[in-house]
Amino acid sequence: MFEQFDFHVIINAMPILWDGMLITLLLAVVAIVGGIVIGTVLALMRLSRFTPFSLVAGSYVNFFRSMPLILVIFWFYFLVPMATGQALGGLSSVLIAFTLFEAAYYCEIIRAGIQSVTRNQINAGLAVGLSYPQTMRYIVLPQAFRNMVPVFLTQAIVLFQDTSLVYVVGLKDFLTAADLVAVRDNRVVELFITAAVVYLAICLAGSLWVKKLQRKYAL
Amino acid sequence: MIAIHNVNKWFDEFQVLKDCSTKVDKGEVVVICGPSGSGKSTLIKCVNGLEPFQEGTITVNGVSVGDKQTNLPELRSHIGMVFQNFELFPHMTVLENIGLGQTKVLGREPSEAEARSMKLLERVGLTDQASKHPAQLSGGQQQRVAIARALAMDPIAMLFDEPTSALDPEMINEVLDVMVELAQEGMTMIVVTHEMGFARKVADRVVFMDEGQIVEDDTTDAFFGTPRSDRAQSFLSKILQH
Repeated sequence: MFEQFDFHVIINAMPILWDGMLITLLLAVVAIVGGIVIGTVLALMRLSRFTPFSLVAGSYVNFFRSMPLILVIFWFYFLVPMATGQALGGLSSVLIAFTLFEAAYYCEIIRAGIQSVTRNQINAGLAVGLSYPQTMRYIVLPQAFRNMVPVFLTQAIVLFQDTSLVYVVGLKDFLTAADLVAVRDNRVVELFITAAVVYLAICLAGSLWVKKLQRKYAL
Repeated sequence: MIAIHNVNKWFDEFQVLKDCSTKVDKGEVVVICGPSGSGKSTLIKCVNGLEPFQEGTITVNGVSVGDKQTNLPELRSHIGMVFQNFELFPHMTVLENIGLGQTKVLGREPSEAEARSMKLLERVGLTDQASKHPAQLSGGQQQRVAIARALAMDPIAMLFDEPTSALDPEMINEVLDVMVELAQEGMTMIVVTHEMGFARKVADRVVFMDEGQIVEDDTTDAFFGTPRSDRAQSFLSKILQH
């Protein structure tokens, strides 16, 4: 199986793979950043004592967590255009679908993180005269995010790998690109091994970077 | 300066404060003691609005704490509070801990705040710890930083909620020394504590609480001389016999 491993196949496939990687990275970065931003707002709403806020955020999370990601992608690709009469296009559909989907998971991670900060820390912030929003911003969230880093990493890795689902709307992410070349050139071994090595390298680099961050900002 | 009038508070069905009334004049040092679960900490947290109460009134410098119209952050910025477990902000350095309220609440310039923080650190004897994080300090040092953090707001009164009960015995005195000095300078203080030596030394009055009620409220001499209630007598005999 390996005796005919041909590196030229990989080198020739580089441009296509690189284009795929750009899609994968774009999607992952947008969904992580957007998911964290929206997730933070959702988490604050969910923890709010104002019932309509917590109800809306709770329903949002329960809804998106019940749906397979691929179905959410279908929604934005097929159903939203039917409702609005305007096609979103593949890339926009998946960017929106991924971000909204991830926000539900990030909401729950962030909510747990916020709740890991003790009531006494909040009291200490309030006691120096900070308002509740200021206490959140300067005292609670910085500690919460530090506690959340390991779970964030896991979530980011899962998301990074889930980006391969975009093939369903005709987009070529990294894995889809590798698959295409593999079938086209009949070089399954080379391409699938390369894909595995690249995924492994990126996730490993991410883990190491997070470990370094944690050490730098250790409490 | 601080007037507590007929305060009642319930946690669901359970009444934690029963008809509590007392007052603290400017410059007065009042020690609140009593068995655990008697409502001391809850009462002191009502004074700066960290705990809501259902009935009665508390006024600080004429401002009603329980009034919905009251700007609580503004009120709290004038009342220093020191907690049992220090509650320094673990993600900030000592200097940042003391500076946060000054810059974000009082609107001081960072340089001005830092100068003030360093002065206060000098006062509590911790100038060389300024750039450390709280986890790198001993309990006694952390509590002294917490006192400096409260003083940085130039409070008109200080609340201490069992400031030494989480400390190792050998660190209690370094914290009490700072508090004694503060009391002698004329700071208005309410101190929840079991440190009867401290109470004897600097308290003007001692309030004894049991089961949510203020059982005794007397001058320090009278309290240690002849506590009137049986409950206070037995409490004192238990904690003073060693």
